[in-house]
Amino acid sequence: MSLSSNSTLRFSETQASPLRLLAYMALALALMTADVRGAWLAQVRQQAALLVGPMYWLAAAPSRLLRFAGESLQGRDQLHGENQRLRDALLLSQARERRLAALADENRRLRDLLGGTRGMQLGVRLASIIDVDLDPGRQQVVLDLGANDGVAVGQAFIDADGLLGQVIALAPGHATALLVTDPDHAVPVQVVRSGLRVIAYGTGERDRLEVRDIPQSGDIRVGDALITSGIGGNFPAGFAVGTVTALRQDESRLFSLADLKPAAAVAHAHQVLLVWAQRAAAEVGPPSTVTPERDSGEPGQP
Amino acid sequence: MSRARFASSVFLLSALLALLLGLVALPDWAAPLRPFWLALVLVYWLLEAPDHVGLGAAFVLGMAADLVFGTLLGEHALRLLVLAFIVQRFRPRLRFFRIGQQALAVCALLINDRIVSVAIRVFLGEGLPPPAFWYSPISGLLLWPFVVIAIDLARQRGRHAT
Repeated sequence: MSLSSNSTLRFSETQASPLRLLAYMALALALMTADVRGAWLAQVRQQAALLVGPMYWLAAAPSRLLRFAGESLQGRDQLHGENQRLRDALLLSQARERRLAALADENRRLRDLLGGTRGMQLGVRLASIIDVDLDPGRQQVVLDLGANDGVAVGQAFIDADGLLGQVIALAPGHATALLVTDPDHAVPVQVVRSGLRVIAYGTGERDRLEVRDIPQSGDIRVGDALITSGIGGNFPAGFAVGTVTALRQDESRLFSLADLKPAAAVAHAHQVLLVWAQRAAAEVGPPSTVTPERDSGEPGQP
Repeated sequence: MSRARFASSVFLLSALLALLLGLVALPDWAAPLRPFWLALVLVYWLLEAPDHVGLGAAFVLGMAADLVFGTLLGEHALRLLVLAFIVQRFRPRLRFFRIGQQALAVCALLINDRIVSVAIRVFLGEGLPPPAFWYSPISGLLLWPFVVIAIDLARQRGRHAT
């Protein structure tokens, strides 16, 4: 078909023209800067997400099939064993949770006595990660809940072991989330043992986080566990983030750097929990003497 | 073949398939070896249908990839533009290479694409990627003949059907 009438002409036509290349490259660069700097392209993304959603669904189909096949081919014994194990685990965590609930109650009562802020409660929601690989340079995942399910930008999500990341973009049927290991991700954390507050950054590697700018006097050791400190309000306090695996000096020799191993199974998570802080629904404990107009707005709730 | 018919033909299908293959989840050991499917498909069409597929098509495909893969808008577009330009420049020669030589040339193109990608990343202040980042052109080299054969077959079938 390309060998039609004027094939001699065609060769000159299709010669690469640097001018057109430059024009297109300028356009691409302009778009990239606009995307880095401004927020208006988020609108474009949102519109395009309607088309992209079905593609994610299609691309995840093979692994969905595999998982289904794996589940249906498992032996009865295996399933039975797993069931037993899960039941034990559930029993344990129920017992633990009951104790925690009692503690939370006590905590709330003490706060009320102090006349301090009203207790924050944790809102949770189960979601799963759609099995597609986005660009490997950016540590992002796609969740199967979207704006229609009440997900909001900025919500954190966790797996059974610890913090995984936060939601950064929304479509009606799915949401894009940034993992803690992305170089653009930072989370305020606290050393459990000493209470030292620092910030954990992603590194782009799936199994390493980094804490920078720790003062030399900072009390942090190899093996320390770090949890979210709740400062900044994006991440509810108290979720495991990682443990320190190595400490070294940074280039200036004024601060140290710590390598962390993420607590969550960043590369293998499938079922996740979206979590957010919301005002406690009902006051528990003795009636407080603080003014009653605190019920006004609930800006934190999505 | 008219412009409209071409647009609805194997080209769109292959591009869509390339986007999907880029998304499909791979096991951990295979993930760094994932070839840049979209580039392979684009190179094929640049060689075979130069009066339909040019810089414009590369740009549009790149934008689609950016939206799907969640990268910065324009990043894939820029990478594919550079790739398309080089292919157009050397098209008369590439077109008459034997398939093995062609695969090597494609591998060189993909390595160049990786360099462009690293340049973009460093420019954005994201630092250098891990060494596994450089494995992908090898799988591109190995898969090139199969991509050519697959699309050739699909086009023949399309022609017979109509």
